[in-house]
Amino acid sequence: MSTFEFLLQGIVVAAQPMNLFYALIGVTLGTAVGVLPGIGPALTVALLLPVTYKLDPGGSLIMFAGIYYGGMYGGSTTSILLNAPGESASIVTALEGNKMARAGRGGPALATAAIGSFVAGLIATLALAFVAPFVVKLALVFGPREYFALMVLAFVTVSSAFGDSTLRGLTSLFIGFTLAIIGIDQLTGQARMSFGIPDLLDGIEVTTLAVAMFAIGEALYIAAQGDRGPDKIETVKGSVWMTGQDWARSWKAWLRGTAIGFPIGAMPAGGAEIGTFLSYAAEKRLTKHPEEFGNGAIEGVAGPEAANNASAAGTLVPLLTLGLPTTATAAIMLAGFQQYGLQPGPLLFATNPQLVWGLIASLLIANLMLLVLNLPLVGLWVKLLTIPKPWLYAGILLFATLGTIGANPSVFELGMLLTFGVLGYVMRIFGYPIAPVVVGLILGPLAEQQLRRALAISQGDVTVLFTSPIAAVLLAIAAAALIVPLILRARGRGEVLSQLAANED
Amino acid sequence: MTKGNTPSNERRRPDRAALAIAVFLAGLAGLIFWDSSRLARINSYSGIGPSTIPFVIACGLLLLAAWTVFEALRGDFPERERQEIAPVVWIIGGLAAQMLLLKSFGFSIATGVLFAAAAAGFGRRKLWFTIPAGILLSLGIWLLFAGLLQLSLPAGPLEHLFW
Repeated sequence: MSTFEFLLQGIVVAAQPMNLFYALIGVTLGTAVGVLPGIGPALTVALLLPVTYKLDPGGSLIMFAGIYYGGMYGGSTTSILLNAPGESASIVTALEGNKMARAGRGGPALATAAIGSFVAGLIATLALAFVAPFVVKLALVFGPREYFALMVLAFVTVSSAFGDSTLRGLTSLFIGFTLAIIGIDQLTGQARMSFGIPDLLDGIEVTTLAVAMFAIGEALYIAAQGDRGPDKIETVKGSVWMTGQDWARSWKAWLRGTAIGFPIGAMPAGGAEIGTFLSYAAEKRLTKHPEEFGNGAIEGVAGPEAANNASAAGTLVPLLTLGLPTTATAAIMLAGFQQYGLQPGPLLFATNPQLVWGLIASLLIANLMLLVLNLPLVGLWVKLLTIPKPWLYAGILLFATLGTIGANPSVFELGMLLTFGVLGYVMRIFGYPIAPVVVGLILGPLAEQQLRRALAISQGDVTVLFTSPIAAVLLAIAAAALIVPLILRARGRGEVLSQLAANED
Repeated sequence: MTKGNTPSNERRRPDRAALAIAVFLAGLAGLIFWDSSRLARINSYSGIGPSTIPFVIACGLLLLAAWTVFEALRGDFPERERQEIAPVVWIIGGLAAQMLLLKSFGFSIATGVLFAAAAAGFGRRKLWFTIPAGILLSLGIWLLFAGLLQLSLPAGPLEHLFW
């Protein structure tokens, strides 16, 4: 069957009323968490994992993907109206978008962000559908050593290639690894790092860790900042509709943003943030109105917003075809697949095409829903920003513990939640990134398995890792991604990299 | 890792909090060495067994600890923002209270206390209002999730009135 037929089949699956309902819940929740500062899609999916345990796998995954897409839309609203990005992929949007809002052009800024996200999401989701089968074919020739090399590359790019310190990125990653070896070894059945405590034999739950680090760590950090006075919310004045000139200036930026964002997301190279920065730089260089940059140039909103939605779709390429998460949200979605006993990868396309293609097709539908939710209803979302902080964070903590209690109502599990929450708080104080811990915890055991398989095949000969051309090239890229930023930082060029920090989502 | 209370008047060079992190990392490495030494006897014929990867990770942690010491001595760690202690204590206290109350008092009462403590951490200190409000909210959530979604949330005296 061709990709096109698969996609049509997927649309049939996605258009089932139940799946439409899940998609609607997903995009609504996603937009809400995107708008609210302090919680992102990664945390939301982690919170919902235990709650959805008893639901249908296809529907839940459709909902999670809707949350991911919705978070990317909602974040722009906060950036534009509050000058405080709702999630990390919208930092650049705040640069020009908030200036536009202050100049009374908040409406067109929101419109170009929403329509740009729609255009980018549509093109990038179609690109996902057409690229995925090729990657699957490629992945079929991958053996354990190639997978291991690919995971090493992902470790390096997630932890140390971007962000402001190689040391702190790697430290976060190794803390994740340390947590990952707790529990029963998958190949020999030996208990490792569990010190005779039965609760530790199952290992650390990804959801417990993610909820603790993202919800509790963040709440502690925000609370510890004290009262810094209320943020100023810009109201949407004037028309939300874009003028002819706005359209003329936006459409090229949307397409360029999509072209930049999708490949960046699809490569194992960190989060959506990077694409947004590159897109902003490209728009700044190409614009016919350079004097407007810094004062509210519409291209500066259109390009990065398109780029972050395109890279969200791009992230799903390695996740679905290789089982390789490159962002924290993708890592938790991987945990979501595993919760239902599904392992994303080339086999999933063969064994469960309905689920995969239904998921991809539902993204097209979710995208349409998001356009409707975000343009006419933007005023409703802005109201979310007026919830007082005490109620907002008390509610977040309530739901954070609800998820953990629902999955495993034990004092020990809540104790771990608290411990990791404090750990996340301390890491935040010292500027350690959180995403590498989550990625290390979920991808670490998979990498170990592949490595041990590769070495078992070669009977312990380590050189086998470098004798496959694909693996050698991937490891060489990983080494370059580790060393080049170190040199750049040592020579004082680190600012660019710290701006590209791939942090939360 | 205890340095939530490092005041910003502690100036650079050498950075004591960063040194504490290095000690923590080295301690973690030691813990892994100790644990994997127990497993080391059992090796498969490929020369790589359950203790190999932990050994590599522990070595990595030691390297990172050394690197952290180096950066701490050079004062390379970033400035920390001033942290208020009281809110942090409120929230941690709330989570601990929930953990301890959960089994005997049930989900709603334990979580209501957490809710009030968290709100207090963010400046709403009217506990006579926030605790009952939190308990009512949690009860509603319990009825929704335990009743409709069949999530196994612990029941206490309050929940038994309904179920």
